[in-house]
Amino acid sequence: MSDPITLISDWFEKLLLGWGLADNLVSLIDSFLGALIIASLGMATVIVLIWVERKIAGRLQDRFGPNRAGPYGLFQSIADIIKIFTKELITPEGADKVPFNLAPIMMVASVLLIWAVIPFSSTVFGVDISVGVLYIIAVGSFGVLAVLMAGWSSNNKFALLGAFRGVALLVSYEIPMVLALLIPVLMSRNLDVTWIVKMQQPWFILIAPGAALIFLIASMAEVGRAPFDLTEAESEIVAGYHTEYSGIKFGMFYVGEFLHVFTVGALIATFFLGGWRGPWAETYPVLGLFYFYLKTFLGYFVVTWIRLSLPRIRIDQMLSFCWKFLTPLILVLLIVTAVLDKGLFMIDPSFQLGKSGAWVYSLVMLAANLIVSWLTVQILRRQSNENGRQEFEPRPVAVAPKPTEN
Amino acid sequence: MSSLEIIFIIVALATLFSALRVVTTPNIVHAALWLVGALFGVAVIFALLNASFLAVVQVVIYIGAIAILMIFAIMLTRRSMDDSGPQVNANWWLAALLGLILFAGLATIVLKSGTTDIGLPVFTDNGAFLAQLGEQLVSPNAYVLPFELASVLLLAVLIGAIVVARKK
Repeated sequence: MSDPITLISDWFEKLLLGWGLADNLVSLIDSFLGALIIASLGMATVIVLIWVERKIAGRLQDRFGPNRAGPYGLFQSIADIIKIFTKELITPEGADKVPFNLAPIMMVASVLLIWAVIPFSSTVFGVDISVGVLYIIAVGSFGVLAVLMAGWSSNNKFALLGAFRGVALLVSYEIPMVLALLIPVLMSRNLDVTWIVKMQQPWFILIAPGAALIFLIASMAEVGRAPFDLTEAESEIVAGYHTEYSGIKFGMFYVGEFLHVFTVGALIATFFLGGWRGPWAETYPVLGLFYFYLKTFLGYFVVTWIRLSLPRIRIDQMLSFCWKFLTPLILVLLIVTAVLDKGLFMIDPSFQLGKSGAWVYSLVMLAANLIVSWLTVQILRRQSNENGRQEFEPRPVAVAPKPTEN
Repeated sequence: MSSLEIIFIIVALATLFSALRVVTTPNIVHAALWLVGALFGVAVIFALLNASFLAVVQVVIYIGAIAILMIFAIMLTRRSMDDSGPQVNANWWLAALLGLILFAGLATIVLKSGTTDIGLPVFTDNGAFLAQLGEQLVSPNAYVLPFELASVLLLAVLIGAIVVARKK
């Protein structure tokens, strides 16, 4: 009773084998069904997420949010989905048809593919590949490609500008994101996602808070939401790379964005909040599923909260924040973590995670994180004081000319 | 014919077709997109051979970095929507010759091995393999010199790019 999902899958396999199907055909059907279930679960989650997000937005802005269709407005998203399906699909003149139609699909696929390697509980996961972390980074690059294709194939200047901004944003913030992911990899000594979750005693957010924070910021930028939503800044470039999309094609970008935020929550839960770990999660894998979703929603809530609280930043601020703050900080953190990891091991081989000296390791790592972060903030503060705010003489443009005497 | 072989043939044909389209399509952005397809096909072949690390790295480096930067550079420097200039320059015969020599060399090696039916290499991919690869890259008895040379080259390129891009 402790693990109904494995139970159902075993029962299903036995049923198919009982019908006289070949062994590898059964495993093929099993993997296809698994992929289908994970993908449609992701898509179905979005329906709920849109409602959740609009409710949170409403509460944070001191209003009700959707409250007409169904109890608490729960059916609002369903009504919206039906509406978006009935809308006309417009392809602009001069658009490049194949990339134009391929881009929304790739956008959603690049996010859905990540779910293949995320462990939902100790027994439930899509696949367990030895290079899971690299895989997550690799499929993310299809999202960048989708943004470029959408922006370019629309034959629209605003779309192209949005795509340029989007790619600059995605390519830049990928660097601190990947480097931040290297710290859990380094601590658990494995690229395997299920293994990283297994090694999280204690959770990595407790022993590497710097990396967790940088990963949160960088992956928010990867999603392209406020405060990093300059790729679709309404006041400047209409709607960015998806300006020309309508109907369900726009819906795909919308779904992709919501799913991406939820996926960011899942990644934070997996790499820094201990994934499915929690009390009794190992004896009752169902509880692991519950904990995982709880943590994912926590991450999702934080991202939404930040989105609704902060204004949009300019493109130069966005790039200098990435290259002059996040990247150097995470590089220093990575080097410090690696050196301390090796140093502690040389002092006493039991000073590492999963051994008796794990608490020494954790305390040293936490202290190192805090010291490095504090020093960085101090250096930045001093620099900003030295440079000061640049103040220019006011140069009024619209001033009436002096009356000439003649 | 096993199902793996069927998948391999389909993927190989798709890869070859994409590679052909890279050099025959008139629109340069389309060429870059076909290149992405060809590179992805190679990644799938790696995955079929159980070399998941190589497959993933192929996607990360060639699609995620190189192809994206290429497309980005093309879009920034050209009027991309109606760009269909000449497809070849004066050196096309040299490139064709090099391609032919490479193909001939590879074909000779395969034919010289005696049999074309060598089966899949036994390649167990687990964490231990990755750790081994990492150790070999920094071990003085193995690949530390080429590894460091590549790093120095990349550093030089980085500095060069900064010098070129810096304001005079």
